[in-house]
Amino acid sequence: MLKIYNDGRRITVSIFGDIDHHSARELRISIDEVIENSRPELLIMDMENVGFMDSSGVGLIIGRAKAVKAVGGELAVKNARKEIADMIALSGMSYVIAAPRSEKRNLQTL
Amino acid sequence: MKQKLLNECIMRFPALSRNESISRSAAAGFAAQTDPMASDIAAVKIAVSEAVTNAVVHAYRNESRAEKRVVEMTMRLYEGGLLKIIIKDRGSGIADIEQAMKPEFSTAPESEERSGLGFTVMSSFMDKVKVRSAVGKGTSVILEKQLSTYENEKQ
Repeated sequence: MLKIYNDGRRITVSIFGDIDHHSARELRISIDEVIENSRPELLIMDMENVGFMDSSGVGLIIGRAKAVKAVGGELAVKNARKEIADMIALSGMSYVIAAPRSEKRNLQTL
Repeated sequence: MKQKLLNECIMRFPALSRNESISRSAAAGFAAQTDPMASDIAAVKIAVSEAVTNAVVHAYRNESRAEKRVVEMTMRLYEGGLLKIIIKDRGSGIADIEQAMKPEFSTAPESEERSGLGFTVMSSFMDKVKVRSAVGKGTSVILEKQLSTYENEKQ
């Protein structure tokens, strides 16, 4: 499930539940719709309510980073728990992760 | 030295994506019997999810008969807290295992959700990952992890 917070040029998509191969497709379609319609300067994926993620989530993040870049924006991931952060690090793009619950201005972007 | 088998559960299910979460939850439940650290359970869930997803995505591309598209997961716990999980399919098999296990190698370009990191993730969260495969016969992925147990922590 997805909750969307639109703050002008900055959009936060808050993801709820597990991210796996089964759920990633629907999340991809929903997030791409947000990117397409709103063309955000910054898209933040908030992982606070994601209890589980496997490498399908890494594919989801990489794909959304490309999609948001295509409309001139940047992507950041925030509130990723340890295993999720470890997995993102394995993919070599740990720089998209912002420190947990960090101020929005501290978000690092891709 | 062969450790004594303490418990074994076998689960068989059709290769459907909705069974990815059911199988990893079952594996987490099985691992929980030793009361390990939460990080061990999280690691087992991730590795099982990767292995089962591989079977769902890749194993039965050439198999149209639904009743043949089956995945079997065997979970074993040995004395001392060694966990072994075998995820087996009877699908198309892997021609080049070494290549398949390389980071970012993927034969599923149509599935953007698969980043090609499945085996990398399994290896990083488990102690050992072994793959046995024969083309046309199927694939078994063997995951091993020494769980942190109360007994281990006391020492």
